[in-house]
Amino acid sequence: MAQRLLACTGCHGKDGRAASDGYYPRIAGKPAGYLFRQLRAFRDGQRPYALMSNLLAPLDDAYLQDIATHFATLDLPHAAPPPPRADAATLRRGQALAQQGDAARHIPACQACHGTALTGVGEDVPGLLGLPVDYLNAQLGAWRTGARRAEAPDCMAQIAQRLQPQDINALAHWLAAQTVPAQPAPEAPGPAPMRCGSMQGPR
Amino acid sequence: MKRLLAALLALLLALAAALWWLNVRGDGDRLAAPVALDSAALVERGAYLARAGNCQDCHTPRGAAPYSGGRGIPTPFGTVYSSNLTPDLRTGIGAWTPAEFRRALHNGRSRDGRLLYPAFPYDSYTRISAGDADALFAFLLGLPAVAQPNRPHALRFPYDTQLALAVWRALYFRPGRFEPQAAQSADWNRGAYLVQGLGHCSACHASRNALGATRDPAALAGGLIPLQNWLAPALAGQPAQEVASLLQRGVSDGAALLGPMAEVVLHSTQHLTPSDLSAMAVHLQSLRQADAPRARGDAPAPAQLKRGAGIYETHCAVCHGDEGQGRERAYVPLAGSRAVQRDPPANLVQVVLGGAFPASTAGNPRPFGMPPFATELSDEDVAAVLSYIRNAWGHRAAAVQPLDVQRWRSSVRP
Repeated sequence: MAQRLLACTGCHGKDGRAASDGYYPRIAGKPAGYLFRQLRAFRDGQRPYALMSNLLAPLDDAYLQDIATHFATLDLPHAAPPPPRADAATLRRGQALAQQGDAARHIPACQACHGTALTGVGEDVPGLLGLPVDYLNAQLGAWRTGARRAEAPDCMAQIAQRLQPQDINALAHWLAAQTVPAQPAPEAPGPAPMRCGSMQGPR
Repeated sequence: MKRLLAALLALLLALAAALWWLNVRGDGDRLAAPVALDSAALVERGAYLARAGNCQDCHTPRGAAPYSGGRGIPTPFGTVYSSNLTPDLRTGIGAWTPAEFRRALHNGRSRDGRLLYPAFPYDSYTRISAGDADALFAFLLGLPAVAQPNRPHALRFPYDTQLALAVWRALYFRPGRFEPQAAQSADWNRGAYLVQGLGHCSACHASRNALGATRDPAALAGGLIPLQNWLAPALAGQPAQEVASLLQRGVSDGAALLGPMAEVVLHSTQHLTPSDLSAMAVHLQSLRQADAPRARGDAPAPAQLKRGAGIYETHCAVCHGDEGQGRERAYVPLAGSRAVQRDPPANLVQVVLGGAFPASTAGNPRPFGMPPFATELSDEDVAAVLSYIRNAWGHRAAAVQPLDVQRWRSSVRP
């Protein structure tokens, strides 16, 4: 399968394990359900990125599912995170949002959905660690502006709209600076603080 | 003076009458007897024909409800938006009669008589038989209705006027029907009917003049698809067996269909019966091959070839082999490939920059993909490695210029 998918690893790194300083996210070990939804969203235009859309245009759902499963089952060690490029106050703000959220602004903690270790939950919720800071910044920004969307109710978009640009920057820097646990197995799904279209229903 | 004015007026009236006649001729004989549209067999036949025509691809924006319309087709004159073909009474074609549907396919006119833009390829569809048109209509009427108003086209003046369209049609459109050739086999004629009619192959595989009309559509001599900048190659004279296999599986031992054609394989040709595919391939093989245009442009300079060889060694040889031999059933061979030496080399640039997968098909469900190099290789690098490939292993073709790469980098895909 890896021989078939060299088209992916050119950007996402050997075996889907991206270099920690690049933009492209690591896809190895992300949950299969999540990866499948992203592949389908790229192909069908809900997640706009011309390179991915054009590349995936001639592929059917069955193959996208196979691709998702292939990368999901890769269990590869994570490199140590790069040293943080943000000041201590920014990192503290990021940590607080990730671990406690901000009840006053109805922002749940990242941990509430993405797992106490932030390494993902079940088949549909991806881990947030081991990703480049630029990628995290761009994705949270895209959720906030509506450029990145998921099935309704789009809880991630609702949360991102409550975040200020400084919150996003703080989260991206803190998350990117965390060491990924040696055994980042996803947790089993528990009750989520919001209803999310991408966490249930037919794929 | 008065007589001159009168003569001018008469001339104008005669021109207007001619223009009017050129646009409505052929309408009358299409308004035939009603047919029973609810027969399951007719609907099933219509579903097959809709696949053969790849109707869904243009009439469905990515990720939207099938046939709900609104996909933008980029043209040099602006963007044409496809229409809602679901049976919604208000926004779709639910209130149409079979005769009105036939007139749209055959004569390019909408229910209210408006002239349709030829991005909807009625210059091909005019050859669809009345029975097949009814089957298509029956199939569309059976789809779930979607209330989705048609999106107005975004065309520049004067192309956005009905008058311009009437003049274009008077110049370039003749309503017709498919005329089988008695001297040819039934297979050949079936193939010609599909290729020239529903398949509308000439929409891409023929070049277009300055006003967007196809040149000699039946010859399928190939052309660069405007704005998308993929070369739809000449289809004449290719071995029928390989063509049929390419259309069914998306790949053959020595080639792969990529880019816009991979989407055609995914949505359309892989679903056709082997006998229809073979008929199309037989027809295509019989077309007269134009004399191959000799290499346009200069041979590459030694310095460019040297640079190209280095890039090939670093990035390409691991899959395509030191001698361009590829790997059987995985990576296509480059040595001896027709596609590598074609002019203009647009497809090579597209594939190197954007990467590509062939279609996933029943015969090749998990195709091997080519990685994109857009972020890794500069225009000069891409030009050098392609110039090298086009002149290695006994190939002889013009150099690829960095300017070509830069131009094709900014292509549009609908």
